[in-house]
Amino acid sequence: MAANGGSNSGAVNVREMIAEKKKKKNLSNFTEKIIPPILFLIASISLLTTVGIILTLITEAIEFFKRVPFWEFYTGTVLKPMSQNPEFGVLPLLNGTLISTAIAMLVAGPVGIMSAIYLSEYASDRARRVLKPMLEILAGIPTIVYGFFAFTFVTPIIRYFFPEVEATNILSPGIVMGVMIIPMIASLSEDAMSAVPNSMREGALALGATKLETTFKVVIPAALSGIVSSFVLGISRAIGETMIVTIASGSSKNFTFDITQSMQTMTAYIVEVAGGEAPAGSTIYYSLYAVALTLFVFTLLMNILARYVSRKFREEY
Amino acid sequence: MSALSENQKIRVKINDKEVNESAASEEKRAVFQTKNLNLWYSETHALKDINLEIKENEVTAVIGPSGCGKSTYIKTLNRMVELVPGVRITGEIKYKDKNILDKDFSVEELRTQVGMVFQKPNPFPKSIYENIAYGPKIHGIKNKKILDEIVEKSLRGASIWDEVKDRLHENAYGLSGGQQQRLCIARCLAVEPEVILMDEPTSALDPKSTLRIEELVQELRKDYSIIIVTHNMQQAARISDKTAFFLNGEVVEFDDTDKIFTNPSDQRTEDYISGRFG
Amino acid sequence: MKHIDESVVQRRMKSRIRNNMILKQVFFVATLFGLFFLAVLLIRVFSQGISWINWDFITGRLSTDPDRAGIMGAILGTSWLMLVVIPVTFIVGVGTAIYLELYAKQGKFHNFIATNISNLAGVPSIVYGLLGLTLFVRTMKFGNVVLAGGLTLSLLVLPIVIVAAQEAIRAVPQHLSEASYGMGATKWQTVKKIILPAALPGILTGAILALSRAIGETAPLTVLGIPALLIPFPGSLFDTFTALPMQIYYWTLDSSLVAEYAYLAAATIIVLLVLLFLLNSIAIFIRNRFQQRY
Repeated sequence: MAANGGSNSGAVNVREMIAEKKKKKNLSNFTEKIIPPILFLIASISLLTTVGIILTLITEAIEFFKRVPFWEFYTGTVLKPMSQNPEFGVLPLLNGTLISTAIAMLVAGPVGIMSAIYLSEYASDRARRVLKPMLEILAGIPTIVYGFFAFTFVTPIIRYFFPEVEATNILSPGIVMGVMIIPMIASLSEDAMSAVPNSMREGALALGATKLETTFKVVIPAALSGIVSSFVLGISRAIGETMIVTIASGSSKNFTFDITQSMQTMTAYIVEVAGGEAPAGSTIYYSLYAVALTLFVFTLLMNILARYVSRKFREEY
Repeated sequence: MSALSENQKIRVKINDKEVNESAASEEKRAVFQTKNLNLWYSETHALKDINLEIKENEVTAVIGPSGCGKSTYIKTLNRMVELVPGVRITGEIKYKDKNILDKDFSVEELRTQVGMVFQKPNPFPKSIYENIAYGPKIHGIKNKKILDEIVEKSLRGASIWDEVKDRLHENAYGLSGGQQQRLCIARCLAVEPEVILMDEPTSALDPKSTLRIEELVQELRKDYSIIIVTHNMQQAARISDKTAFFLNGEVVEFDDTDKIFTNPSDQRTEDYISGRFG
Repeated sequence: MKHIDESVVQRRMKSRIRNNMILKQVFFVATLFGLFFLAVLLIRVFSQGISWINWDFITGRLSTDPDRAGIMGAILGTSWLMLVVIPVTFIVGVGTAIYLELYAKQGKFHNFIATNISNLAGVPSIVYGLLGLTLFVRTMKFGNVVLAGGLTLSLLVLPIVIVAAQEAIRAVPQHLSEASYGMGATKWQTVKKIILPAALPGILTGAILALSRAIGETAPLTVLGIPALLIPFPGSLFDTFTALPMQIYYWTLDSSLVAEYAYLAAATIIVLLVLLFLLNSIAIFIRNRFQQRY
C-alpha cells in the first residue's frame, strides 16, 4: 500500500475534489464563452481605425470638391489658400513632396544598399553585431530632432558653401530625410540578402568569383524583390514625413524645380493649415482633407506595391 | 471528516473490486472502445476503420512504422488531434460508455481523466512545484496545503521526489531530459487521471533514462490504464500486456503482446517485428 | 585545344581582386556615413543644449524669457500622454494579437485583418492627426486635451504593438500549450497561464518600443492644435497640455527670432533623447533577461 502512489493513498482525493469543483464551473464556462467575442471587438478596433481614416478623409474631401472642381485641384499650379481670391492647385505641394522624396532617396538609396551589402556580405559577425544596432539608433531618433538639425545645422553649412541657397529650402530637409531613411533600407535589404542561402554564394565562390562578383551576380539578383520593396517603403516613408520638411523647408507654395528654394510638401501644408486654426467649414479647412486624402492614397499605393513586389518576385530557393 | 471519506473510498474500492472480480472472471473492463474510426488531415486519410478495445489497468503498446497513424490514434483518444487545423473524424470512441467524439462531450473533462505524456519532455517554463500544481490549480484547487500534498504525492508517484525535493522552486528547465520527462509524468498524475497516454515518451531520452521511465510504467500500471506509442519494439515487448500493430492507418493486428512477438498471425506483423521494414 | 588562356585569366584576376578590395572599403565607408551623421547630430545637440540644462530648466514653467523658461509643463504633458498610451495600446494591441493568433480562423478574414494592420503601419502619422482632430477633438468634443492626444498616438503606434505581440505569441512553442490542453485546461486558461506569460517579455519589448515612438511623435500633435503657451500644468485627462516634441518644435521655429531658443530646443531634445534612451535600455534589458530559450 505504501508503494501505491496512485489515486487512493493519502488524505487527498484529487479526483473527487475536481469533480466537486466542476459543479461550480459555470463561471469559467461563461468566461470561456465571453472571451472570444470580447477579443473580436478589440481586434476590430484596427479595422475601425482604417474605416475611420477613410471615411473622415473622403467625406470632408467630397465637401471640398463641391467647392473646388476636382480637375482644377489636381491640375492647378497655383496655391493661394489665404488670399482674397483663393486658388487651390495641389501641384505645388505634390511637386514639393516629390522633390524632397527624390533628394532623400538619392541619399538613402545608394548609402542604404551599400551598407546592406557591407553588413550582409563583408562584415564579420562581431562588426555586424556592433554596427547594426547603432544604425538602428538613427531610426529611433524622433523626426523633430532631425528637423531641428536640418534647420539649425545642415542648412547653415550648405549656405556657407552655396550662399544663394535660401534659409528655408528643400535641399537640406531632403538630405536629412535621406539619412533618416538609411537604416530602413539598409536593414530591410540586409534581411533580404541574408536570406539568400549560403549554398548559392558557395556555388559562385567555388568557381573563383570574388566576393564582389558573387554579391552583384548572385546575391543581389536573388534578393532583388526584398531590396526593391525596401526602396518602395523608403519612398513611402519620405512622402509621409512631416516635421523635417515643415521646419526646414518653410511654407512658400512655390511651383519650381529649384532645390535651393523653399517649397511646401503636402504634409507641411496640413501642419500649417491645421495648426493655423482654420475655421471649420471654410474651404481652406476642407482643403486639408483633400490634400490628406491625396497623401494617403500615395502612401497606400506605395505600401501595396512594396508588398506586391516582395511577394510576387520572391525567388524560390 | 477525513476518516469518513476514507471509509467511503474504501467502500468504493471494495465495490470496484467486486465489479472487477465478477467481470474479471472472464475479462477486464474496457476503457476505450473504438468503432469504425476514420480520420482525415485535409485530404490525407490517416486512420482507416479502426476497431480496438482497450482494457482497464493494462499497458497497451501501439507500434508501427513512422506515419502509420499510431500517434494520431492516441491523440484522438483525448481529442488533442483536433488542435491540428483541417482534421475530420468519423466513427465512435466510447470512453466508459460515452462517445467522446460527440460535439457536446467536454474535452476538458476528457483530458482531466485521460492524461498525456508527450514525445519531447515539455515542462512549463515555471518552477518544478508550479509545473505539478498547474493541473490541480486550473481545476479549481487553490488550498496551499492540499497543493503541497498533491505535489509531493505526484512527484513520488513518478519516482522523482528524492531528486527534486530540495529544489521544488527552481525552474524545471534546470532538470535533465530524463528528469523532465518524469516531471511531466508527475504533472500528469497530479490530476489523478484514469488513463495515461504516452506518445513515444522515451524517444528523446538516453538508454538509462529510458529504463527508469519503463520501470515507472511498470509501477503505474497498478493504478492506471496506460496506452503507449513506441518506436522501440523491445520496449513494447518488455512493458506491455497488449500490442496493436498499425500500418498505413490500419490496425493489422491487436493481441496479447506475447502472442504478437512470438507468433503473429499476420505476415506483415512478422515482417515488421523481425525488422524487415520500417 | 585549350579554351582558357591562363595568362589572360591571371591578368584579369589582379584587377578583379583589386576591385573587390576597393569596393569593400567603399561599402564600409557608406555604413559609417550614417553613424558619422548620428555622431555629428548628437555632438551638436549636446554641445548646444547641455549648458542650459539645470534644475530650474527641468522644473520651471514656460516663459518667453529664455533665461527663465522651463519645461515642466511639457514633461508633465508627455507623462500624461504615456498614461493614456500605455494601457490603451497594451490592452488593444495584445487583445488583437491574441485574437489573430489564437482565436481567429486562419483564412480570408484573418488575412484581411493582417493586411489591414500592415497598411495602417504605413499610414503617415499626420493622417492619424487628422483622424484624431476629426474624431476626438471635434466629433466627440474632447477638445485638444490629453485624452484626445493620447488616443490619437495610441492608434498611431497600435500596429507596432500588435505585430510585436503576434510574433511573441507565435514564438511560444506549441508543445507548451499542448501540455496545458493535455491537462484538461480550457483555451482561455492556457492562454492566460501558459502562452501569455511565456510571450510577455517579447510583448513588453514591443510595447516599450511603440511607446518611445509615441513619445517622439510631433506631427499628429501639431494637427490637433496642441499649444506651447503659458498654460497651467495638466492635472487630468481633460486638461489641455503641451508635450516635449511640441516644445522643441515651437522653439525651433522661433529660433530665427530669438537665437537662444535654439539652445532651449537643443536642451529639450537632450531631455527627450535621455528619456527615449532609458526606455530602450529597459526594453533591451527585458529582452535579454527574461527571454526564455526553449
